[in-house]
Amino acid sequence: MIANAYELIVYILNLFRIYEPILNVFQMLGIEYVLQIIIVLVEIAILFVFVLLTVMFLTWMERKVVAMVQSRYGPMVTGPRGLLQPVMDGVKLIGKEDIIPAKADRWIFTLAPFIVFIPALLVFIPLPFGQSLIISDLRVGLLYIIAISAVSPVAILLAGWASNNKYSLMGAMRAVAQDISYTIPLALAAIAIVLFTGSLSTVDIVNAQSGTWFGVIPKWFIFLQPLGFVLFLIASIAEMGRIPFDFQESESELVAGFFTEYSGMKFAMFFLAEYAHLFAVSGIVVTLFLGGWTFPILPFVPAMLVPLVSLGVFLVKTYAVIFFAMWLRDTVPRVRIDQLLNLGWKIMVPLALLNLLLAGFLITAGVFR
Amino acid sequence: METDELIINMGPVHPSTHGVLRFRLRMDGEIIKECTPVLGYLHRGTEKLGEMKTYMQFIPYTDRLDYISAFPNNYAFVKAVEELAGIEVPLRAEYIRVIVMELNRIVNHLVSIGSLLMDLGAATMIMWGFRERENALQLFEMLCGARMTFNYIKPGGVREDIPEGFMAKLNEFLKDMEKRIEDYEQLISSNEIFMMRMKNIGVISAEDAVNYGMTGPTLRGSGVNYDLRKYEPYSIYRDLDFRACVRNECDSYARYIVRIDEMKESLHILRQVVDTMPEAKIVSSAKYGIAPMTGTPSAVSTYFPRIFTPPAGEVYSRIEAPKGELGFYIASDGTTKPYRVKIRSPSFCNLTAIPKMVLGLKIPDLIAAFGTIDVVLGDVDR
Repeated sequence: MIANAYELIVYILNLFRIYEPILNVFQMLGIEYVLQIIIVLVEIAILFVFVLLTVMFLTWMERKVVAMVQSRYGPMVTGPRGLLQPVMDGVKLIGKEDIIPAKADRWIFTLAPFIVFIPALLVFIPLPFGQSLIISDLRVGLLYIIAISAVSPVAILLAGWASNNKYSLMGAMRAVAQDISYTIPLALAAIAIVLFTGSLSTVDIVNAQSGTWFGVIPKWFIFLQPLGFVLFLIASIAEMGRIPFDFQESESELVAGFFTEYSGMKFAMFFLAEYAHLFAVSGIVVTLFLGGWTFPILPFVPAMLVPLVSLGVFLVKTYAVIFFAMWLRDTVPRVRIDQLLNLGWKIMVPLALLNLLLAGFLITAGVFR
Repeated sequence: METDELIINMGPVHPSTHGVLRFRLRMDGEIIKECTPVLGYLHRGTEKLGEMKTYMQFIPYTDRLDYISAFPNNYAFVKAVEELAGIEVPLRAEYIRVIVMELNRIVNHLVSIGSLLMDLGAATMIMWGFRERENALQLFEMLCGARMTFNYIKPGGVREDIPEGFMAKLNEFLKDMEKRIEDYEQLISSNEIFMMRMKNIGVISAEDAVNYGMTGPTLRGSGVNYDLRKYEPYSIYRDLDFRACVRNECDSYARYIVRIDEMKESLHILRQVVDTMPEAKIVSSAKYGIAPMTGTPSAVSTYFPRIFTPPAGEVYSRIEAPKGELGFYIASDGTTKPYRVKIRSPSFCNLTAIPKMVLGLKIPDLIAAFGTIDVVLGDVDR
C-alpha cells in the first residue's frame, strides 16, 4: 500500500527500474538525504503547478458560469472558447505598474500578499487528492487545515492596515470579524466528523467513508450529518469570502475592500490566493462529507489505475462544490455584516453544538461501525 | 475604550454612487452619524443653455438630463412649449408619445432594479435587465435611429411615423416582457437575503416624503397615492385604464415593489395603446405659432420649422417621468429663444431625502436605500 505521494514517486521510479541506480549513486556519495529533498521538491513543484493551473482554470470557469447564468457568452476571443483568458490576464497584471501608496507601510504592504498566498498553498499538504495522492498524511491533518486557514485573516488585516486607506481598513476589520465568527461553527461541524472516525488524519476520514450501506448508499458523512454538512458548507463559503459573505471585498460598499490599493502582481497574488482557497476549501468539504476520493465503483477498478480514477472522482466532486459556490454567487445578494455575525453567533454556533450532540447520540447508538 | 469618528468620502469615484455623486459620511465605526450628498460634479449648465438655444435646438439637450429615460424629458419640454404656444397635437402622435414614454418607463425601472441588485452584490439582475432593455432600445432605434438620446418628440407631434414592422416587434416585446417580470420576481422578490437587506431599511414616512418634495415611485412607496398621470392627466392618459401603484411600508422594499408593479402597469397601458391606435397617419400638427413657415407640411410626412416664436408669457408644465415629477418652467419674451428655462428634476428632489433616510444605518444600508431612490446624476446636476 502506497501511503503518500513521496512513496508514489519512488514506486513510479521503480517501475522504470531507475530508482535503485539513482539511490546507489547518492548512497556512494553518502548523501541519501539529498535525494529525499529532491523528491520532496519535485512533489512541491507538481503541487505548485497544479494549483496555478487550477486557479487559472477556475477564473475561466467562474466567468463562464457567471456568463451562463446571466445569458452571456463570457470570454470567447482568446483561445478556444476563451480558455487562454487567464493567461492574458496574467500577462496584463505582470505588465501593470506596481503602485505602493506614499503613506503606506511599505514592508507590511509588500509582505501581506505573500502571507495570504502561502497558507492557501499550505492547506493542500494534507488534502487527499486520491488514493496515495497526498503530500503528507499528517496525524493532525484536520486541525492543521483549520489552523492554517486561520492565518489568512491576519494577513488580510495586515494588508488593510498597511494600505492606509479607510476602505481597506474597514474591509480588513470585517474580514477578521467574519473569520472569527465562522471558524467556530466550521471547527465544530468538523469535530462531529472526528467523533465518528476517531482520527484527525484526512486519509482515515476518507477511508472511513468507503463502502456502502445496504450496497446502495455510499457511507458518506453527508448522510449521517446532513445538518453538519449544511453548517460546514455555509461556514466554508464564509471562509472563502464569497458572495453572499464577501465582506472583505464588498466592492459596491468598500470599493474593493482590503485590496483597494493593490495593483499589478500583488493584486494577482490576492486573486491567486482567493481561488486556491476556493479549491482547497471545496476539497475539504468533499473530504469530510462527500466521501473524498471514494466511490462505490472504486473496488472494481484495477489496482494500478486506482490513484488515477480516485483523482478523477475527487476532482469531479470538488468541482461540483465549486460550481455550487459560483452558482450561489450569481443568485443571491450579499447579506449585511451585522446580519452575518448574527447568523454566525446566534444561529450557526448553537446549531453546530446541537449537531455535535446528535453525532454523540448516533455513536452511542452504534449507527456507525 | 475611546473611539474616534471617521470621515469617509464616498465618491465621486465609487462603484455604487451611480456616476459622480459624493457622499460625505461621518461614521462611528460602521454606523452613519451624518450623511451629506455633495453635488455638482456633472453640472453642464443645461438651464443656462436653454436661454442660449432656440426652442427646437434645446430639445436634444433635454435628452441628456436623465439619459436612462430620455423620451419623458423630451416630452416634458415639448409639452411646456406646446402649452405656451397653444399648439395642437394629432391623436396618433399622442399615442406614439405614450408608447415610447411607457417603454422608457420599463427601461428605466429595469436599469434601476438591475443596478440596485448589483449594488447589493447580485450581478445577475442587471444582465437580465439589460437583455430586455436591449429589445426596447432596438424598438427605439427602429423609431428614430437613436438608442438613448432620441430628439424624437417635437412641438406639435413626433418626428416620424412608426416604421413598418414596429408594431409586430412591440407586441413581441410585450409578450416576452410579461414572462420576464415573473422571472425577476422569482429571482429577487422572495429572496430571503434580499428581504433582509431591504425591509425596514431607508424608511421615510409619508409626511416626510411629501415635505422633502419626493415624487414618483419613491413617494408612492411611502403610501402617498400621487401619480401625475392620474392626478393631472395629460396626453391620452385620461382615456387609459391603469392604476397608480402604491405601497404603504415606506421602506426600500416597498419602493422596489412599486417599480415592479409599475412595469406591469406600463405593459397594461402599452397593450391598450396598441389596440386602440388611430389609423390616420398624421403625426404632426401644422399649426406653429407666429413664425412664418417656409415650405408646406404635407399630411403624411412631418415638417418642423427650425425657428418659431411662441407668444410672450410663462408656463410651468409637469409630467410623471419614471423617476418622479419632471417639470419645465419656461418664460418666453416673444423671441426665438426662451428667456428662462427652469427644470424641476425628480432625481434632485428625491436625493435630498437621503440624509434623513440613512441616519443611524450602516454603509451597506446607504447603498440599498440609495439604490431604491433611483437617481441619475445627469438629472441631479443638470
